Amino acid sequence: MHSFWIIFKQAFMTKARTKSFIITTVIVAAAFFLLANLPNIIESFSNDEDGQVLHVIDESGDLVPQLQRQLEQSDSDIQAMPTQMSEDELVQGITEGTIESYLVIEEGQTLSARYVSETANEIGAGFDVENAVQAIQTARTAERLGLSGAEAGELFMPAEFEREAVSDSSKTEEELSQARGLVYVLILLIYVAVIYYPNMIAMEVANEKSSRVMEILISSVSPVKHMFAKIAGIGTLGIVQMMIFGIAGYFAFKTSGSDMAEGFFSVMGFSEIKVSTFLFAVLFFLLGYFLYAVLAALLGSLVSRTEDVQQLMLPMMFLIIISSFIAFSGIGMPEASYVTISSYIPFFAPLVMFLRVGMLDIPLWEPLLSIAIMLLTIGVLGWFGARVYRGGVLMYGSSQSLKDIGKAISLGNKK
Amino acid sequence: MALSVEHATKKFGDFTAVDNLSLSVEEGQMHGFLGANGAGKTTTFRMILGLLDPTQGQVTWNGRPITYESSPFIGYLPEERGLYPKMKVEDQLIYLAQLRKMSKEDAKKETAAWLERFEVPHYADKKVEELSKGNQQKIQLIASLVHKPSLIILDEPFSGLDPVNVGMLKSAIMDVQQQGATIVFSSHRMDHVEELCDDMSILDHGKVVVGGSIREVKRNFGKQNVRIKMDRDLTSLSQLPGVEKYTGTIDGAVLQITDESTADLILTESMKLGQLRHFSIEEPSLEEIFIAKVGKAYA
Repeated sequence: MHSFWIIFKQAFMTKARTKSFIITTVIVAAAFFLLANLPNIIESFSNDEDGQVLHVIDESGDLVPQLQRQLEQSDSDIQAMPTQMSEDELVQGITEGTIESYLVIEEGQTLSARYVSETANEIGAGFDVENAVQAIQTARTAERLGLSGAEAGELFMPAEFEREAVSDSSKTEEELSQARGLVYVLILLIYVAVIYYPNMIAMEVANEKSSRVMEILISSVSPVKHMFAKIAGIGTLGIVQMMIFGIAGYFAFKTSGSDMAEGFFSVMGFSEIKVSTFLFAVLFFLLGYFLYAVLAALLGSLVSRTEDVQQLMLPMMFLIIISSFIAFSGIGMPEASYVTISSYIPFFAPLVMFLRVGMLDIPLWEPLLSIAIMLLTIGVLGWFGARVYRGGVLMYGSSQSLKDIGKAISLGNKK
Repeated sequence: MALSVEHATKKFGDFTAVDNLSLSVEEGQMHGFLGANGAGKTTTFRMILGLLDPTQGQVTWNGRPITYESSPFIGYLPEERGLYPKMKVEDQLIYLAQLRKMSKEDAKKETAAWLERFEVPHYADKKVEELSKGNQQKIQLIASLVHKPSLIILDEPFSGLDPVNVGMLKSAIMDVQQQGATIVFSSHRMDHVEELCDDMSILDHGKVVVGGSIREVKRNFGKQNVRIKMDRDLTSLSQLPGVEKYTGTIDGAVLQITDESTADLILTESMKLGQLRHFSIEEPSLEEIFIAKVGKAYA
């Protein structure tokens, strides 16, 4: 056990001390704070723009006050002003930057309006104006039809519409929309983690092989112990990093105090955190990590140069990417049969079964069965991987393909 | 019998890398391993270390098979040098010693002592990749000796070093042997084997073609060399009966003979040719034995 801890510590510490690891951690944590405070930051930049003036070409002359009233009602800070300038002059004003936008409004059977601004990118302003024009139009139509204000209000009263599902495993619409955000974020995290950390392992193993230090290592410690100590070390590193991200993200949104943060928490379902969802997330993260880490160590042990790692890792990457497709598409339809089936396939299960656990109220035996299948696979893969690893680390040659697995096993074989 | 390899055979598919190899090294002895590239030296070492299991036969150390339990007593310097390029020298040596179950404190002390001995204490905080090849070699040797092993396997310990460093490493290895360690090493340089080893083996195509104590090997070879130095044309000597081989040198010639009486004849004949500056009967060099046995020059 002694040497296990030494390798474990070494794998953890050398990676944790690398510049790339520290920088990645800091940047991601900083990104959380930036994201959380984005509304504040944007506001502080756009302060000087309040009271934007909207020039209105209005032939009738009585539309501008109505427009202004509507804009005020919708809490918009746009000032509608009648203008005597021609359109050409206004366009030139926009180009020169003295005018931000103008509106041409005409009365007919219905109102017709044209909103002109420098770019079409600005979503906010045009939208407010459109709403205001629409409101005037509605009021006018109501008047023409002889409806009172109350009647007009009734006309636009939305129907009460609720969704309910008969299936037991399905959650209510309200629960689903809350779960969806959280599950989405957590699947994304697991997805990134099962790509990032197993890759780290494969690189480490290939590095030790290409620098030929491997031969010294495995003459000191059994390759199997070496492999698992390394996987455990990097895994712990992954958990620590994820925890740092989690804590940073939590505090970032808690402290920012912006409306968006609150909205974010409720939309993401964080306000009613389901502990079980998080526990399953951690569990599936660990299982997914171990599954792919053993595979990565096996593949890493086959190459002689670090340059060849990516090539050999490709099939594994495909597995992860396919499982992410299933998982992300399954967010919209978690009860689809292909989702159910693939949640029992070991390499897809970490993402897909977590999706089902998060989105549906499925009986406990389903995730447990899937976990058991994964544990079994990890066991088999660990046993198999250890055999390949034992021979693979002694193998140096130009050919790097999956065919080498057979060669590695016979090299590491007892007899 | 400290280290004993009994009828070890290692096959990779149809290819036999080591064929029925037997070898025994007494405790505290130094054993030299010679062989052309691909002769099976590294495979033999890997079998001794337990990295590869022999297809047939067995390897024992003090009567017991070598497993990872024995790891603290074994030191290994692989032919392909291997260290972490980006790790500091001291951290690296301590880490490797710890893997061999040495305590951190002892490892630290020993590492410092060895760096001091090899006159590179200022490298302790440097990364290995910053060091010259020769200095990396020193670090590599320290890594195989720092945990005070009793069985040391050195695969080409002196290749790529300048004479000063070879001397330094050689004396370190001899000191370790003096302290009781059993050492097996391979070398490209016959003179190193001649100088350091008690026993030796020459490997060819996985078989030991010559083995035993160096003195015996030379005696059993049954040939000697007569070296003559004089400023005359000596080619006529090659015609004398009993002279098996004639090799001209810059200042004379070397003649290979099997019978010592032939030496007397050569002496009288050469004195007739003129002023003789040097005449000696020499033991055959390992080089010659190697060429005679393996049939080609060494690497």
